[in-house]
Amino acid sequence: MILRYTFKERIVHWVAAFAYVYLLLTGLAFYTPKLYWLAVVLGGGTTSREWHPWAGLVFVAATVLMYVMWASDMRITEGDRAWGRAIGHYVRNEDKHLPPVGRYNAGQKYLFWLMFLGGVLLLISGVAMWFTSSIPWSLRWLRHWAVLVHVSAALATIGGFIIHVYMGTAVVRGGFTSIVRGEVSEEWARTHHPLWKR
Amino acid sequence: MAGNTLELKRISASAAPPPGIRDTPVLAKYIDTTTCIGCKACEVACQQWNDLPPETTVQIGTYQTMPDTTANFWNLIRFSEFEDAGGFHWFMRKDQCMHCGDPGCLKACPAPGAIVQYVNGIVDFQQDQCIGCGYCMAGCPFNIPKLSSKTKTVYKCTMCVDRVAVGLEPACIKACPTGCLQFGTKEQLLEVAAKRVDQLRESGFREAGVYDPPGVGGTSVVTVLAHADQPELYGLPSNPSIPLAVSFWKAPLKWLGNIAMIGGIVATAIHYLKYGAKHAHGKDS
Repeated sequence: MILRYTFKERIVHWVAAFAYVYLLLTGLAFYTPKLYWLAVVLGGGTTSREWHPWAGLVFVAATVLMYVMWASDMRITEGDRAWGRAIGHYVRNEDKHLPPVGRYNAGQKYLFWLMFLGGVLLLISGVAMWFTSSIPWSLRWLRHWAVLVHVSAALATIGGFIIHVYMGTAVVRGGFTSIVRGEVSEEWARTHHPLWKR
Repeated sequence: MAGNTLELKRISASAAPPPGIRDTPVLAKYIDTTTCIGCKACEVACQQWNDLPPETTVQIGTYQTMPDTTANFWNLIRFSEFEDAGGFHWFMRKDQCMHCGDPGCLKACPAPGAIVQYVNGIVDFQQDQCIGCGYCMAGCPFNIPKLSSKTKTVYKCTMCVDRVAVGLEPACIKACPTGCLQFGTKEQLLEVAAKRVDQLRESGFREAGVYDPPGVGGTSVVTVLAHADQPELYGLPSNPSIPLAVSFWKAPLKWLGNIAMIGGIVATAIHYLKYGAKHAHGKDS
């Protein structure tokens, strides 16, 4: 077995994951009345509204740590662009037609940057929404844009989140175990990330 | 103040249609800024009827009680000065919730039932349903809803819905000594306003007019202005509407988002049925 994710990486990932899921559920409750029951299940609208920004800070803290740990691995290379152009093969499980990848493939890298940039936008707009009362009326455009940026960035990350969970659990078997226990088999590494640990 | 369900015309964040079936006329407050003497009796009456704790006044160099309405000060006479060829003008305008026909606060609110609009046009906050998110403060074009730091919920003028419900006029109207404030159906009051505007025009105020902005579906506050061509002079936006960011979010963006989220989940399910999982090659492959 090969160590793919250190203990620290796994902890940070799961802190981000649990914070994100809480933010997603409470956020969806505020997004549409048809899902407001999520807030009710999670302790009521006021509780959800009270905790949502604090969970956001936890998510941001985990995102910053992920940036520190992984940003260097996530640099988009020429090989990634070639992989991106051939992504149709990846979708159809014809991986042998794809350029070989290292620790992360281009899809994973783009997901990382989507979540990172989404996190930055959600933080900035979220702080503005948290302290709406403190935004003077002359700067009311900030109140308006904060609402729009927050929901737009959230929707973008939800798209990434759906694909990430699907790929990591259903498609790439062994991926979920790797982020829980940290280890992958040699065959797994050779198949999915041939240039990593070579 | 909970109202009669038969009178609910709009309910914030409600998936069900509002149950209001009563056919009642739209009510309004009439505010004639040209006969207001700035006595602030309406401010006191509002505080007194609603039993609101006193706010510390703030001297801003005018007669104005404080810079802005607050969570427990809902009715403010705004004083402003203006000089033109016609000389020096001193304006007094009673500022409070405008009770919009199409309320931006209600549209932006994510908490079911926290903001309601009655058939008679009154827009009212239900603080027991309010979650204190502040979206209404982004949705309002008039800077009216105010978050209380004490209760973490939002407050504004109720148009004395509790008085109106039992056939009384709002407290501010009751207290006005000059008759610059009147209460009645919006239809009647628009007639009163039109007559007053004619008078003002005859007296030389050629730009006199009624402020009832169509961008927010009209308001249940009918304001007579001597300089209706420049409502900014009175601290009123010239063409208010629900902020574009809020209306864009609540309509096209929301539908796009719903389609994208449901589409994403369906697409992954179809993908799995068609292509399945990626397996690691065996040692000998």
